[in-house]
Amino acid sequence: MADTQTQSKIPVTVLTGYLGAGKTTLLNRILSEPHGKKFAVVVNEFGEIGIDNDLVVGADEEVFEMNNGCICCTVRGDLIRIIDGLLKRKDGFDGIIVETTGLADPAPVAQTFFVDETVGAKTTLDAVVTVADAKWLKDRLKDAPEAKNQIAFADVILLNKTDLVSEDELKDVELRIRAINPFARIHRTQRSDIAIDKVLGQGAFDLDRIQAIDPDFLEAGHKHFHDEDMRSVSFTSDAPLDPDKFFPWIQELTQREGPNILRSKGILAFKNDPERFVFQGVHMILDGDHQRPWKEDEPKVSRIVFIGRKLNVPELEKGFRACVA
Amino acid sequence: MAATSTPSSLTSKLRVHALGGAVVGAAYLGTTPVLALAEGVLAFAGEEPLRVEAHKGVLLSLAADARSIVTGGDDGRVVRTRGDGSTEVLFEQKGRWIDQVALGADAVAFSAGKTAHFLPAKGEMKTLAVPSTVGGLAFAFKGTRLAVAHYGGVTLWFPNAQAKPEVLEWKGSHRGVAFSPDMRFVVTTMQEPALHGWRLADGGHMRMSGYPARVKSMAFTAGGKFLATSGSNEAILWPFASKEGPMGKQPSMLVPRDVRASCVAAHPKDEVLAVGFEDGMVMMVRISDGAEILVRAPDASPITAMAWRADGGALCMGTEGGNAGVLVL
Repeated sequence: MADTQTQSKIPVTVLTGYLGAGKTTLLNRILSEPHGKKFAVVVNEFGEIGIDNDLVVGADEEVFEMNNGCICCTVRGDLIRIIDGLLKRKDGFDGIIVETTGLADPAPVAQTFFVDETVGAKTTLDAVVTVADAKWLKDRLKDAPEAKNQIAFADVILLNKTDLVSEDELKDVELRIRAINPFARIHRTQRSDIAIDKVLGQGAFDLDRIQAIDPDFLEAGHKHFHDEDMRSVSFTSDAPLDPDKFFPWIQELTQREGPNILRSKGILAFKNDPERFVFQGVHMILDGDHQRPWKEDEPKVSRIVFIGRKLNVPELEKGFRACVA
Repeated sequence: MAATSTPSSLTSKLRVHALGGAVVGAAYLGTTPVLALAEGVLAFAGEEPLRVEAHKGVLLSLAADARSIVTGGDDGRVVRTRGDGSTEVLFEQKGRWIDQVALGADAVAFSAGKTAHFLPAKGEMKTLAVPSTVGGLAFAFKGTRLAVAHYGGVTLWFPNAQAKPEVLEWKGSHRGVAFSPDMRFVVTTMQEPALHGWRLADGGHMRMSGYPARVKSMAFTAGGKFLATSGSNEAILWPFASKEGPMGKQPSMLVPRDVRASCVAAHPKDEVLAVGFEDGMVMMVRISDGAEILVRAPDASPITAMAWRADGGALCMGTEGGNAGVLVL
């Protein structure tokens, strides 16, 4: 059931990256490769985009607060209308790519796909792809909160323009990325040159495809570039959790700390429950479900991760530990 | 409610048409039912079927009076189509989408992005930029005033007057907009599952919430006594007969089902409502006593548009799956 629904939904890729990192180059690569697919591309300004078979739509990047009492629950109002319109096209699309401006926070774009019923019924968020400039990212992480958001939020990061820096500098910037986001897949690129299947069809928000949470914490990175402002934490428990303790805790936590928690993800083992429970969240919006039975040789370990600002690590850990059955 | 009686049915009188494309709008041109298809076609479903290609792309919006249908498309065009099938391009701006259209007595209004346009039959076109993309447009009864819904509220614009547009504020994204027939109220459908209304006399606010889903269809009933809406597992009717509007009153609920109502259309003369559902069922209901008549049996595709003939003697409807039905009473 879940599979057929997922298949019929149009995947949406959100393409972010600070000014000049190489977003448009990547977009052009995706569109010009001979993949035989048809895309709709939502852009904020018409740049030099190849548009043979594809449809390019200009957007206004209107970020709206939802009237549900949560200030972090923002959506892209213009995007809801554009996607409504795109879904009416008779021949359809193989995918939709939303390019944000260099200064944009990816959260409202991502949240649009969870908050609007019509959009959510017919499309599915595939992944947030961030293009980062290998030479300048270090500086932007210091002076541009937008760049930090884009790294923290990403499922896939293209560390671009690697030809402009040395191997040591590359390692250094990767450590800095890992200090913020240990989960994203990092690809080193030049001129945004990458195989299309490393960017599209990632299923990063698909609960069925959460296999394991293996943070690449790179201890050295944490040690040297510990970022007080934006970071990630992960906790595990070998003892099974009590769902009646876990759900109230995570809901209260994301309601209260929603503005600070950018992404969350978990694989959970509940007491007397033969199935894995997986969840993922964007700020205060949580999506979770039973996924599949635990395999016999699979350790029933619960693991949870948060990426966010001003995370109170001892309090988070205490809260998680208190969920043990 | 008499539990034993089976609801009477008019399904045998329903003429059906397979249109081959998703229906996004419905109207009558005189006595001819017309269904608007997403692919840009107006399908005339009268005695002599006719297909008119109004747009080379998606048909995004539709407004109609007895003489013509005006549509907006993602081809950047505003097109007027008349009963003989002839079309006239009223406006064209390449690369833009015409998101909304409205028809007034002697004028057409439409929007592209954040800009509302007022195009009178005689005279120059005027434009108004609002703070965000226009979510809905509605002319007041006489056509001199235009309500423009957007994020944060509604702008009331008098295109022919020098006066500064008046802004009715309410936080949130406002998508559809309508004046009550007596011009005492303006009501919007919101991105949230709620309606918002303003009393024009004093700017008083009216919050109408409690819906499980976003309201996509609303209609004032004959005489303006009720505002009927979709968005719940029945038709919701807010009482608008008193000066205060619906505040402090409970709405009536008609045709309760376990399927969401997707579309409502109010009979032009009598207190009768047609209610379309997400499973394709259409019911006609008398507001005074809730008596129901089945018009169309469910077929699993949502009803997306319905319209009454001006004399109330016929009803047409269309589904997302591309089927149309016409009922002559």
